[in-house]
Amino acid sequence: MTDSSPVGERPQLAPPVDDSGALGWMRRNLFSSWLNGITTVVLIAAIGWILSGFLEWAVFTANFTASVGSECRDQGACWALIREKYRYIFFGSFPYEQHWRPLFAVIAMLAMLVLSADRRMWNWRLLVIWGVGSFVTFLLMFGQIHIPLSLFLFVALVVGGVGMSLRKAVADAGEMNAYRVLAAIGFVGLALRIAGILPAWSLDIAPLSYVETSLWGGIPVTMILATYGLAFAFPYGILLALGRRSNLPLIKGLCVGFIELIRGVPLISLLIMASVMLPLFLPSGTTIDKFLRAQVAVILFAGAYIAEVIRGGLQSLPKGQFEAADAMGLNYPQKTLLIVLPQAIRVVIPPLINTFIGFFKDTSLVLIIGIFDFLNTANQALVDPNWAGFPAEVYLFAAFIYFIFCYSMSRYSKYLEVELNKGTRR
Amino acid sequence: MAVAAVGSTPRVKVAPWNDPVIRGWVFQIIVVGLVAGLAWYLVSNTIENLARQKIASGFDYLGREAGFEIGDTMISYSPASTYARAIWVGILNTLRVAVLGVILSTILGTLLGVGRLSPNWLLSKICEWYVEAFRNVPLLLWLFLFYKLISEAFPGPRQAISALWGSLFLSNRGLYFPVPMADPIHKWMGVALLVGIAGAVVLHRWARKRQEATGQPFPSISAGLGIVIGLPLLVWLAAGAPSAMSWPALKGFNFEGGTVIQPEFTALLVGLVLYTSAFVAEIVRSGILALHKGQSEAAAALGLSRGQSMRLVLLPQALRVIVPPMTSQYLNITKNSSLAIAIGYPDLVASINVTINQTGQAIENILLIMAAYLSVSLSISAFMNWYNKRIALTER
Repeated sequence: MTDSSPVGERPQLAPPVDDSGALGWMRRNLFSSWLNGITTVVLIAAIGWILSGFLEWAVFTANFTASVGSECRDQGACWALIREKYRYIFFGSFPYEQHWRPLFAVIAMLAMLVLSADRRMWNWRLLVIWGVGSFVTFLLMFGQIHIPLSLFLFVALVVGGVGMSLRKAVADAGEMNAYRVLAAIGFVGLALRIAGILPAWSLDIAPLSYVETSLWGGIPVTMILATYGLAFAFPYGILLALGRRSNLPLIKGLCVGFIELIRGVPLISLLIMASVMLPLFLPSGTTIDKFLRAQVAVILFAGAYIAEVIRGGLQSLPKGQFEAADAMGLNYPQKTLLIVLPQAIRVVIPPLINTFIGFFKDTSLVLIIGIFDFLNTANQALVDPNWAGFPAEVYLFAAFIYFIFCYSMSRYSKYLEVELNKGTRR
Repeated sequence: MAVAAVGSTPRVKVAPWNDPVIRGWVFQIIVVGLVAGLAWYLVSNTIENLARQKIASGFDYLGREAGFEIGDTMISYSPASTYARAIWVGILNTLRVAVLGVILSTILGTLLGVGRLSPNWLLSKICEWYVEAFRNVPLLLWLFLFYKLISEAFPGPRQAISALWGSLFLSNRGLYFPVPMADPIHKWMGVALLVGIAGAVVLHRWARKRQEATGQPFPSISAGLGIVIGLPLLVWLAAGAPSAMSWPALKGFNFEGGTVIQPEFTALLVGLVLYTSAFVAEIVRSGILALHKGQSEAAAALGLSRGQSMRLVLLPQALRVIVPPMTSQYLNITKNSSLAIAIGYPDLVASINVTINQTGQAIENILLIMAAYLSVSLSISAFMNWYNKRIALTER
């Protein structure tokens, strides 16, 4: 380190290597050492070889216009198959001239999901969005909806009951009386309905022709199974997670047993169980729609996984939060709904979205029990003898659609993770 | 509760409907009662339905003749075998694909995870896009794609692609390759392998003790490898090196001799490994990123070689972060192997599904599936928990 030569006589050093600009970037990131340089060259050669082969097949020698599969023989990709079959792949056996209905149902669900992704909507607006979105979706898919009177009564009972227990401390007398009246109407009405005094009235909305679920197929089926699977599994998973953390031994045992049982077996075995055992479980003569059976299996399955995600959020809360809520004199529902869950769920929203991505992919398993989800309709498109022998085209197309859905959701989850942690990070 | 904790203070009298303990029990009894009521309702319906449909119950059917063909078996099986045997074949097939899947996806996933952290921009981008492409598309779709590609893109047996001077044949019936003829010496080679592994473990323990006592290292890893490979080799040489091979050859419409990796198995294994390795890569990457840079610098400052610092300093710490999520990936492989039913690989769920369709005894069979998967899952998590405890940080 000690250089004794006088200042003017030092040997001149080489100028520093330029590490700015495109060349500098390449020097830093691609050719920083001999080994790195060789890796880069080999990789570029490999990518070039694969990409040129793929483009040759997928673009340059591809056939976009054939009217029958045999015209595609000895050529590249047969994208004409997709052109011919895309309506079936997207919407399954839904009556052909009515395809605008599943199309708008998908748009309604997408709008519902996109609006729910906006943090400004995370309040009472979410309930409105999901209520309207679900109504539009199912009205379009079924064509006719019959809403039984008991559903209205049940909603009145729930709204009144929740309002009475949660708003006790803050609401004025008028608001409390409104809750009491709602709950009373719901309770008395349901009791009368169960006793058989009230008839089975229902509100009929029937602007379109009825399409039964066995004709549903493609993207709407995949989206409904995943979205409503998660929507119903969410409250159920919260209950399971709270039960697992409860200090009541019997409740805890039931919840732990259920969660571990479901998580220990594959989804396929649950689906097979739902399709062969549910008919055995119910009184003879009752038949449940196959689609509903699959939906129930997905909900049960999703509930166990969501419970574990939410348990992570519950465990991340400091003990002081629980103690402070106790010290304020809040009862268990108030403590849970007002203090614990809002904080716990906030922590687990990004992992919940990842769970949702998992379910979106896992709904493809319902094809095992004969439901025509998106992957199954893609599969069926291959069965046509006129177009046999082009599996790669159809599966790559389906993979591309799945990728768009899942990738955008995973980007959103990454964004939220950063966004929600802004307050705790510097 | 706060009152009781003070000890000397007498318990405040409260009305029974305000006592948290009594409330807790009442609530529990109501919930358990509801669950039990639901269970009773379902069970009574089931018994009634079974009686009406004249479906027998009990596990007697396991001893009856199965009567269905299984394409890919590890143990001898024919349609004349029992249902129990058919299900056992399914369990073995599930385990085979799960074990191979765990090993291969760990290797591939680790390579990808390390590749994503490479200073080479191109390599890390390629690894990143691999991960994104595979984990954002359903596994079932990959399985269909690989299976259809193998069965439709490869030629029939007569036009099979042969490689390595006619010893490997690749066709849409699978990959045929030669194997050594069965010989009694193979059993003894297996015994020698087990003895070799035990010897290597003992040697490693002794070497570590000696190093702790005297500070002198002993090349226990290369010596151990030598024992593990050398002992079976010695046995084989001592038996006169029997080297008769069974070669695959085209007879009629298919190959005979040698052994075969079936297309269903290949598609399932390739799909599982490629899909799961994307998840493993993310786990490995986050495990490595969780390490502080000072750790590798401190190891270098102590004069440890790169291999030593990896083995003794970095890996043990990274593993603590990696093992718990890895456990759930291993469980996922086992459970996802049940997708085999969709492409016709005869795993546990596939053989049980046929059994349900033939006997109609859904409940017993579903119970068998659940018992089999639960015992596999529980043993994997027990092993991984044991391993996790072993490598966990020992805190005061």
